[in-house]
Amino acid sequence: MAKRIDVSGLSAYYGSHKAIDDISMTVEPRSVTAFIGPSGCGKSTFLRTLNRMHEVTPGGRVEGKVMLDDENLYGSGVDPVAVRRTVGMVFQRPNPFPTMSIFDNVAAGLRLNGSYKKSELKDIVERSLKGANLWNEVKDRLNKPGSGLSGGQQQRLCIARAIAVEPQVLLMDEPCSALDPISTLAIEDLIGELKERFTIVIVTHNMQQAARVSDRTAFFNLAAVGQPGKLVEIDETERIFSNPSVQATEDYISGRFG
Amino acid sequence: MKTPSSTTDLPPLPPQHDGSAVSGKAVRPGDRIFLGLSRGSGIALLAIMAAIAVFLTYRSVLALSGDKANFFTTLDWNASGTDPKFGIAVLAFGTLVSSLVAMLIAVPVAVGIALFISHYAPRKLSAPLSYVIDLLAAVPSIIYGLWGALFLVPHLSGLYSWLDDYLGWTGIFSYGGGAARSLFTVGILLAIMILPIVTSVSREVFLQVPKMHEEAALALGATRWEVIRMSVLPFGRSGIISASMLGLGRALGETMAVATVLSPSFLINTSLLDPGGGTFAQNIASKFSEADQFGQDALIASGLVLFVITLLVNGAARLIIARRKEYSGAAA
Ligand SMILES: Nc1ncnc2c1ncn2[C@@H]1O[C@H](COP(=O)(O)OP(=O)(O)OP(=O)(O)O)[C@@H](O)[C@H]1O
Ligand SMILES: [Mg+2]
Repeated sequence: MAKRIDVSGLSAYYGSHKAIDDISMTVEPRSVTAFIGPSGCGKSTFLRTLNRMHEVTPGGRVEGKVMLDDENLYGSGVDPVAVRRTVGMVFQRPNPFPTMSIFDNVAAGLRLNGSYKKSELKDIVERSLKGANLWNEVKDRLNKPGSGLSGGQQQRLCIARAIAVEPQVLLMDEPCSALDPISTLAIEDLIGELKERFTIVIVTHNMQQAARVSDRTAFFNLAAVGQPGKLVEIDETERIFSNPSVQATEDYISGRFG
Repeated sequence: MKTPSSTTDLPPLPPQHDGSAVSGKAVRPGDRIFLGLSRGSGIALLAIMAAIAVFLTYRSVLALSGDKANFFTTLDWNASGTDPKFGIAVLAFGTLVSSLVAMLIAVPVAVGIALFISHYAPRKLSAPLSYVIDLLAAVPSIIYGLWGALFLVPHLSGLYSWLDDYLGWTGIFSYGGGAARSLFTVGILLAIMILPIVTSVSREVFLQVPKMHEEAALALGATRWEVIRMSVLPFGRSGIISASMLGLGRALGETMAVATVLSPSFLINTSLLDPGGGTFAQNIASKFSEADQFGQDALIASGLVLFVITLLVNGAARLIIARRKEYSGAAA
């Protein structure tokens, strides 16, 4: 249930504004890849091109290729809706469906994909909530609204919702930035467990977090405000944090940036 | 480096009113004037409303005590002479039925148009479309009434015959020919009249659905319609109810459009397509100028009933909205 992502020559635009320029990289299956870089360098934009969410923004446009194993996500005849069912996403701010119960939130993706028997649905919801380390906290109130949970619980609910449909890839855009340190740790542990099954890409501003959870790290940068962001380098996380091959990376990591 | 806010070189403190910096009663004249103005107008408003209520209730009581028949069940309106007999049964029936028809037609169509504008139409189309709809909401009701009488009534016999063919067996839609000056036509006209306002308010609500709720559905692989079903409609539900209530309020109280289209009578028809019937507002408008003092009292009493019905409808809507509050988007 995990696939390799192979990006080549990818640029993304908002109308006439080019947000990222000519990015090529490989994301290994069953591993965690972290994206780091200064604000506005296009990390979120790039992440959203990987499940074709970028084109949802008015004026959003993409050039280049994203291969998921041997299928081009931007090939002609590829349905973006189908892509999003294979490449799941967790957002910066927890966004459970406010009108749905906890159970229905987790089952939402399954119900889109097809019809399940009640017992099957129950099993998958329980498995996903356990997978997101949330089961023990919510098992007695599955029928209560998801918006009644704490922020950290809501984010784990969103992770449960995303993994319930067994995606090939899980994209996370600063999943912990709205959470306290304890919830953050809970989610980092979770990411460590999930990478056994999924290909994970995570955007983070927290260097320690990137160092803790990821196997590989990609550093993005932009020449100046208004310029498109570029991939500076991608390498083993250990190398990026100890001995990067580009000076700008070292400057950024050690805080000598800008 | 010294910034203006550093504590070493503050400007001297301004002189104080009574020696204490915080506990002093430093009420500025502007505050006092505004307080007086707002308090005064609040009290005035309450007093005016109370006066109106007392006046209407008093005249209604006069009417009710003079009524020689049951005010709620009588199918007649004869409020003059020595033996006045009048009742609101026909008016209540006509008002509720025509408004119900209007809601059943207008709300689904309005929600559909609002969704089209907010989520389907390209921006080039949605902007002018919204503008036209907002314009339609401002058309005076007498214009709709004239259009209804001159265009709608003569062109509805085809629809009436069709309804009679397929639904005539229910009794509600049997049609015996003749001019389409029935409660059903009134309902259609009211639907057209309230469509713009319901559309307009629903569209505003749909446009306010937070991006993150829509993206939550999109990222799960929802199609556009599924996004609407999972995120937009649940978020907009209370807004749709409010919009409908706004429309319903207008339909219940509509006067001129009903008066120009309906051929009034004091009958309750089983078929909605038969001419005749009446509504509270239409009845008041058509009788008030010729009524004597007691006749006016009777009409005022009927107006009070309309007011109570409107209050009840609004209260019910509020209950529905409040019951769903726990699940509303506001908590997220
Ligand atoms: N919806 C949008 N419309 C137009 N331009 C946008 C939009 N979203 C982002 N941009 C622009 O694209 C560029 C990249 O933005 P992006 O959000 O991808 O940066 P980021 O690296 O995720 O930043 P952060 O770390 O602050 O989240 C920025 O210049 C930004 O102004
Ligand atoms: Mg971002």
